[in-house]
Amino acid sequence: MGKDVKGRRDFIGMALGGFTALGGIGALYAMKRSWDPLPSVKAAGFTTVDLSAAEENVLSVEKWRGKPIFVLKKSADMKKDPRDVVVGSDHFHVSIGLCTHLGCIPAYKPTDHKFLCACHGGEFDASGHEIFGPPPSPLEIPPFKIDGTTLVLGEAGPEYKKMLDAGLTV
Amino acid sequence: MAKFEKANSIGEWLDQRLAIETLKKVMNTEYWIPKNINFLWAMGMVLAATFGILVVSGIFLLMYYKPDTALAFDSVNYTTMTEVGYGWLWRHIHGVGASLVFLVIYIHMFTGIYYGSYKRGRELIWLSGMGLFVAFSAEAFSGYMLPWGQMSYWAGMVITNLFSGGSLEAYGLVEWIRGDYVPADAFLTRFFMLHVFLLPLVIIGLIVLHFGTLRIPHVNNQDGEEFDYAEAAELYKAGKVKESKVIPFSPVFLSKDVFVMGVYFILFFYLVFYHFEFAMDPVNFDPADGLKTPAHIYPEWYFLWSYEILRPFSKDLGLVLFAISQVIFFMLPFLDRSPNVAPASRRGLFKYWFWILLIDVIVLTFMGKLPPTDALFANIGLVAAVLFFVLWIALPFITKSEKKL
Repeated sequence: MGKDVKGRRDFIGMALGGFTALGGIGALYAMKRSWDPLPSVKAAGFTTVDLSAAEENVLSVEKWRGKPIFVLKKSADMKKDPRDVVVGSDHFHVSIGLCTHLGCIPAYKPTDHKFLCACHGGEFDASGHEIFGPPPSPLEIPPFKIDGTTLVLGEAGPEYKKMLDAGLTV
Repeated sequence: MAKFEKANSIGEWLDQRLAIETLKKVMNTEYWIPKNINFLWAMGMVLAATFGILVVSGIFLLMYYKPDTALAFDSVNYTTMTEVGYGWLWRHIHGVGASLVFLVIYIHMFTGIYYGSYKRGRELIWLSGMGLFVAFSAEAFSGYMLPWGQMSYWAGMVITNLFSGGSLEAYGLVEWIRGDYVPADAFLTRFFMLHVFLLPLVIIGLIVLHFGTLRIPHVNNQDGEEFDYAEAAELYKAGKVKESKVIPFSPVFLSKDVFVMGVYFILFFYLVFYHFEFAMDPVNFDPADGLKTPAHIYPEWYFLWSYEILRPFSKDLGLVLFAISQVIFFMLPFLDRSPNVAPASRRGLFKYWFWILLIDVIVLTFMGKLPPTDALFANIGLVAAVLFFVLWIALPFITKSEKKL
């Protein structure tokens, strides 16, 4: 094969390779986007919780983004904490009800004011701090916004941002 | 136009157009297998046959399966199990097959480790085989999601959570993998796609590669003996079958394979018909519920050893060690510094290394099943997990000091 012939064939090959690479990058982006959560899934990511009906020391479990959310109105004998959600004069513990160890759902013991995880024996106090066992960090606080006596989960209000900046949750 | 003679038989007609005689020679009658082997050399074909059975049973399960979080559980547990004629048969074959395929993979792997069948030209056999192990693991995990029971959901939750990388807190990546904040519809449909299409395609491709990598170095033998295959093949073809060190793959070696398969399938179908329950976790017969965790979460038996490596350590260290344990077996041909291809029994310290590794993996498997609340078992698990890494760190040193045979 002549030198000239080879050079022309190489050009065709390189042109094809170049466009294929370009198209491949585009396709990879499209593939990545196809795996993203759908807009409808994202839009359903907000839940409102009415706090006015809450009773002291009774855990209510809400559902937000498919995860259980602990809402616990603190009674007077329970310790206040910078992680509390304060509405008027009431203090609430609000957290994602999944153990920070491997994601099981801890149960609330009202007499001890403690959360106990059955999976690996982890314990949290009524403010969500880990006090025993393998959990590496406190129960996470979901992004929230206080709107009167309702709590909007999924939206980051100023109180939540303050906790985040203070490193009280992740 | 090429010139074609009139064919005298269907075979000849096909041979003219497809060269099937040549193909038969290359793949069967002149693909040489050493004589000096034992029943453990049949595990490859046992695996191929099990994979075939998984494909066939899977096709029939697919006919009534509905990849939708609202419908999946009933489509399996009600429609397939109670309404479809012999639907229970396909499901029990598929469940038992998925479990046994790992048993045979582990036997196949440890046979390779024992006889040194991963080095001196056989590295790619090992690497493609490990690729198959990973692909089968992904296939097993994605399939486990499909009945959408409690174990499906919570296994999906815990395993996808691993991708948050502990303190890296890469929850964006986890949500991207799931297509939702928790395992939900998008998660089920994409794992369905992986299980019934993409991963089987990858597995089939890797099986072809795995067979291809065997071709040039040939299958190892019981003594790791090197010999001239061309010379041995000539002897065989000249009728000196007794003097030759080789036999053709088909029909001679295959008939031995078929015998081992016969024994294996007696066990297989005994389990399918009388003890299928070992592959059917009772917890998974409760429908998935994101607001209720089962009391004790554990994976299927074939993942227990690596699960146990995750457990005894702090979250970050556990994740790092778990990740290493998943890929360390790939490194075997490069961490073994000895020039010897021989059974472990003749390789000095490596003999002990092999048996300790095997026992350690079995101990990890048992500890992984037990609840972690018992201090004694938790400590045994910790020691076994640490020993696993000590063994891999020691491997280059003990093989380096090995005497050349």
